[in-house]
Amino acid sequence: MSVQIWTFIFVFLTFGLYIGIAIKSRAGSTSEFYVAGSGVPPLANGMATAADWMSAASFISMAGLISFLGRDGTFYLMGWTGGYVLLALLLAPYLRKFGKFTVPDFIGDRYYSQSARLIAVFCAITISFVYVCGQMQGAGIVFSRFLEVDITTGVIIGMAIVFFYAVMGGMKGITYTQVAQYCVLIFAFMVPAIFISILMTGIPVPQLGFGAELTESFGGGYLLDRLDGMSEQLGFATYTEGQRSTQDVFFITAALMFGTAGLPHVIIRFFTVPNVRDARRSAGYALIFIAILYTTAPAVAAFARTNLINTVDNIEYSAVPEWFTKWEATNLIVFTDKNEDGRIQYVGDPEINELEVNRDIMVLANPEIAGLPNWVVALVAAGALAAALSTAAGLLLVISTAVAHDLMKRSFMPNISEKQELRYARIAIFVAVIIAGYVGINPPAYVAQVVAYAFGLAAASFFPAIVLGIFHKRMNKQGAIAGMVAGFLFTALYIVYFKTINPAMDNAQGWLFGISPEGIGTLGTIVNMAVAYGISKITPEPPKDVQAIVENIRLPGEVVLR
Amino acid sequence: MSNSSAQSYWKSNIRIVLSLLAVWFFISFGCGILFVDLLDNFRIGGFKLGFWIAQQGAILVFVALIYVYIHLMDKLDDKYNLESSKDNQPNLQTNTDGDTE
Repeated sequence: MSVQIWTFIFVFLTFGLYIGIAIKSRAGSTSEFYVAGSGVPPLANGMATAADWMSAASFISMAGLISFLGRDGTFYLMGWTGGYVLLALLLAPYLRKFGKFTVPDFIGDRYYSQSARLIAVFCAITISFVYVCGQMQGAGIVFSRFLEVDITTGVIIGMAIVFFYAVMGGMKGITYTQVAQYCVLIFAFMVPAIFISILMTGIPVPQLGFGAELTESFGGGYLLDRLDGMSEQLGFATYTEGQRSTQDVFFITAALMFGTAGLPHVIIRFFTVPNVRDARRSAGYALIFIAILYTTAPAVAAFARTNLINTVDNIEYSAVPEWFTKWEATNLIVFTDKNEDGRIQYVGDPEINELEVNRDIMVLANPEIAGLPNWVVALVAAGALAAALSTAAGLLLVISTAVAHDLMKRSFMPNISEKQELRYARIAIFVAVIIAGYVGINPPAYVAQVVAYAFGLAAASFFPAIVLGIFHKRMNKQGAIAGMVAGFLFTALYIVYFKTINPAMDNAQGWLFGISPEGIGTLGTIVNMAVAYGISKITPEPPKDVQAIVENIRLPGEVVLR
Repeated sequence: MSNSSAQSYWKSNIRIVLSLLAVWFFISFGCGILFVDLLDNFRIGGFKLGFWIAQQGAILVFVALIYVYIHLMDKLDDKYNLESSKDNQPNLQTNTDGDTE
């Protein structure tokens, strides 16, 4: 059977599964819609968090980016996992104890201010929105390549599915769909990785194959040494050495970590478990489930890079394999025969290099490049869709709760009934899906890069406000508001300046302290904290009842008198 | 719970968090970024050590850190008798999980 038929089968089966789960877990109340009635067991929440978290960027783009960045790709790996340590230690238990529905709930109550709540709503919507566009774009790429529909149709199909189960089930539907999506995506990521690892090194564990010797047919020697050698020979950067400056890598890693801990769609997952202990446990489970993919991704990156070079460098253009032609049709692989010798020169020097490979396709093309069976290729497509849709659903829920709960119920229309609130939540999802779909069809930059900016914004706005709210009792509304505004604006303007207003300056010389726009969120975090601290010093301390809230969230569970 | 035991609970909590974050920082930013070239002089199998920590080792340490945290906090909660009243099931301790994955 062809790849396309297999893909249809897998996509059809998995989508059917998601819809079935959604129908089974319809949400009846706002509590079910927002936080699944706080009744999700930690193991299930761990899986759901992992699926929520691992987006099209993690699944499709990350290994591809690492494959071209080599050691510099580390910032994605450490940044997107190290943030969970912060989340588990600094945020999850306390926010669970606080026990409301959303991040703006916390900001608004802790800083006893409607303005703080509204700023939090604005940040939550912006961040989630930037992020959801990346997911739609990812879904579009998969559809267009594997089902050979155009990207627009692909995005619309993705939108319809997400809309259906997010609107029906709310958080409850999303949670259990995400559990299923985690299983699909991890299976789809691991199967080809294991196949390729066995093929290239004879070792069935990709994490170990990564550091092992290649088999005879691949020329022997350690994989990484060989990759370094080939890269140097063709004029590419040495794979296991860094190209970016140490401070830039440092700042990007930190921005991704702080951002991970500040992302509203990840934080609200910890509102869905029954109690504080379970919040800690589910952070542990979540990171294990994430680590399975994240320790495999760098191995996939190295395998894919080696395979790509082996397969395409210096071969006759007329003799390229089938996958090459298919990806060319989507314009994600572009070959221009500069010296007109009919062969592909794939080298580091941009003057004579003849091949442009889009980073986003490496994971998707990898099984084909390695010549794996058709069903494995198709499986990857289903996995990528699971990753994109699960994250999109979580993000859309944040947008809808921000609008219906924080904006309507808690700010402007406190008298609406639960039924009306639920209706607003569903309308908000609908509008968000439409706009996200539009941006998905007309996308900016690579998926992972777009997403990287969302992290900078989350790092510079929510992370400091929440951490200070828990750990610094003296922090007051003036400080927190000034901090969030300063951090968010600083980061957003820096990114906008280098990406749209003055892209010519977007290089190490033009950047402030050599920090790229991807890493500027770290400086934004520092700006936020410094401003917040300074302003809070010169303004009155928070009221006693707010200080009592802080005392209370620091202790887990119902307080038992000794 | 009295005010003073709430305070000493919070102090112990802060101590646990800070020591774990010190390890977190040392492994990721220290070994994975600042000293990565230095560590690359050593090898384990086909990996340069710094490269391995940056791309694999740090993630395993992160997982272990969260499990150490879960374990220490459970112990601390028990010491101060801070079980959540909702969950009265026997406390099934899972500190061995730190070794998996």
